[in-house]
Amino acid sequence: MQWNHKDLLDIDQLNREEIGYVFQVADRFVEVNKRPVKKVPVLKGKSVVLFFAEPSTRTKTSFDIAGKRLSADTFSLTKTGSSLQKGETLKDTALTLQAMSPDAIVLRHWSSGAASFLAQRLECSIINAGDGRHAHPSQALLDGFTLRQVWGDDFGGKTVLILGDIAHSRVARSDIRLLTMLGAKVRLCAPRTLLPSGVRTWPVTVGHDLAKACRGVDAIICLRLQLERQKAGLLPDLREYAKTYGLNDSHLEKAAPDVRIMHPGPINRGIEISSALADAPGSLVLDQVTSGVAVRMALLYLYLTRTISV
Amino acid sequence: MAAPQSILRNVIWLDQPMDLLIDQGTIMGLVPVDQGREITPLERDMDGQGAWLLPSLIDAHVHLREPGQEYKETIATGLQAALGGGFGQVMCMANTDPVNDHAQVTEYILETAMKTHPMGPRVRPVGALTKGLAGKELAPMAELARAGCVAFSNDGVPVGDNDLFRRSMEYAADLGLKVIDHCEDPTLSGHGVMNEGVLSGQLGLKGSPWVAETLHVARDIMLAEYLNIPVHLAHISCKESVEQILVAKEKGLPVTAETCAHYLVWDETMVQGYNFLAKVHPPLRTREDVMALRRAVKEGVIDILVTDHAPHADFEKETTMDEAPNGISGLDTALSLYASLVRDKVLTREDIVTRCALRPAEIFNLEVNRFAPGNRADFVLFDPDHAWIVEPSTMLSKGKNTPCMGTTLLGKVIAHYLKGQLAYTL
Ligand SMILES: [Zn+2]
Repeated sequence: MQWNHKDLLDIDQLNREEIGYVFQVADRFVEVNKRPVKKVPVLKGKSVVLFFAEPSTRTKTSFDIAGKRLSADTFSLTKTGSSLQKGETLKDTALTLQAMSPDAIVLRHWSSGAASFLAQRLECSIINAGDGRHAHPSQALLDGFTLRQVWGDDFGGKTVLILGDIAHSRVARSDIRLLTMLGAKVRLCAPRTLLPSGVRTWPVTVGHDLAKACRGVDAIICLRLQLERQKAGLLPDLREYAKTYGLNDSHLEKAAPDVRIMHPGPINRGIEISSALADAPGSLVLDQVTSGVAVRMALLYLYLTRTISV
Repeated sequence: MAAPQSILRNVIWLDQPMDLLIDQGTIMGLVPVDQGREITPLERDMDGQGAWLLPSLIDAHVHLREPGQEYKETIATGLQAALGGGFGQVMCMANTDPVNDHAQVTEYILETAMKTHPMGPRVRPVGALTKGLAGKELAPMAELARAGCVAFSNDGVPVGDNDLFRRSMEYAADLGLKVIDHCEDPTLSGHGVMNEGVLSGQLGLKGSPWVAETLHVARDIMLAEYLNIPVHLAHISCKESVEQILVAKEKGLPVTAETCAHYLVWDETMVQGYNFLAKVHPPLRTREDVMALRRAVKEGVIDILVTDHAPHADFEKETTMDEAPNGISGLDTALSLYASLVRDKVLTREDIVTRCALRPAEIFNLEVNRFAPGNRADFVLFDPDHAWIVEPSTMLSKGKNTPCMGTTLLGKVIAHYLKGQLAYTL
């Protein structure tokens, strides 16, 4: 397959076939990652800038390892501690980055649309590693890839519950696009204060009762709760949240027998999910991390060796 | 009738071809075209070639940025854009730096306008409602009125304190001037960057709901009723606000309202692709809101049209939706957009004259040319078929921030006369 996308901004840029292809390429890198020497020279000489204007150790490390295992040179830029700190506009940031002539920029930014802003202005590939509340496509792909390792290619007939702060979650938005495209049914559960406006028009079912929402589901994706949501008046307190929307053993009894549990991390143990469940046999949390490296290797490989520049 | 100094032949006034007779900067008459009319000797005998004749328009809501943010706009550039856009008087909001909350700022604005545009357009400053627009203490409104302010407003920074807002209405009423309110409950609008709804949910942008606006529209209407004091509601953007205003008007309450060209032409889908040029405050709403506003303008529920001209520098606007400042630069394009609504049979030429000149003059007690003998000969010739591309070089404002950047508009002011003198020509 020829990869002719310049940028990865969100899942909806890809079709089902292309997503399948990302998974196939990731399969090959899963194998590489099991070797004693986990390095291949396919991206030798390519440079990848990791520009994280908002902190995220997890995603950044994952992309960094992915790049290095493909022999690309990776460079980290953070908003703090660089020239990009003081009142510099995003446009100037873009020009600064361009001047470094990277082959790809992996971008994390607090503002929805930041990745498309850079993509419109720069010649290199932009890989969106999370923009505001908008999209986190590599996370969605690794979530899908992780479930595929359990379920195989057929997502039809599967139901996935996404639980927690949907309103502010770029992971939820991208996961919903990906999972529905792959044929799974998606269910959301959250208090109304943490649901996005217009959610009733989304291709999902929505509920506010966790026990009901768990009924028969094949996988549950718990979202991280930003603890400041309580101060913003969206929740009474964390204890009540944990009691009402925290996932625990009793909920799993309602779910499908081999239900899988996922979380994009980092986990607030005892809030979104009971500590024991995070470590339980059905938990895929660590598989997600492992898959993340392989999927991001696949993405860097595809975007940096694309044959047609757009 | 004494012989006029000049004649402008063959212009379209409302729906009639007319000849306009002018003498010493005043109107002598506006009379049906008569090919055989001979008036000699004339200093000038011009052919209007079927252009629309409009009185010089009034824009009751602009931001001129000077003093303090001259990199966005100056009084000179703002007035030049007004002139080219067909506006002979503009009411400039107080959110300058320093804020227009004391006489020296008002005087500075008036003097700078006089210096740069001695013939006009005229600037009509709007004084701050509260000191520093902080919403804590009343601004010295009497001093501001004496210095030349024609109304008061906290525009841009809604007053959340209901009692203070009430007191401001009372105090302004003693001065015979109106309060213009930017209707928005700041606790409900939060830091929304677009209309709250399906699209904001999809784009992952923080939304500002219509109820934030309508709640303050309702508050102001109730205060106007309770106090029997007029209030003018700024840049109305949604259907529900229109419904409140309609009820108020049916009750005969002293409430007037305005909306802007952009709310009549564009809806929230303009922000697709995170288009910072379509970020405006209040936000562009749904198609349903657009249609409701059009009806409201047509029926007079919305009294006047304004631009809410809000120029910004490119480097500020060109960023994400979260970071870009609110506002559309409107003086250059407003009349072309209104003309497009005439072409689409949403408005008539008469509606433009009423909503952009006669009503604003009534509401804010300003002079206006009604083409009656003795009126100041302030008028505009507008060619409705003149196509122009909106680009930085064709806009006179320093602010190039408009969602129609790069598009072709039909209709342009070809001449603007103030006191019968040609002040601007294309
Ligand atoms: Zn305003």
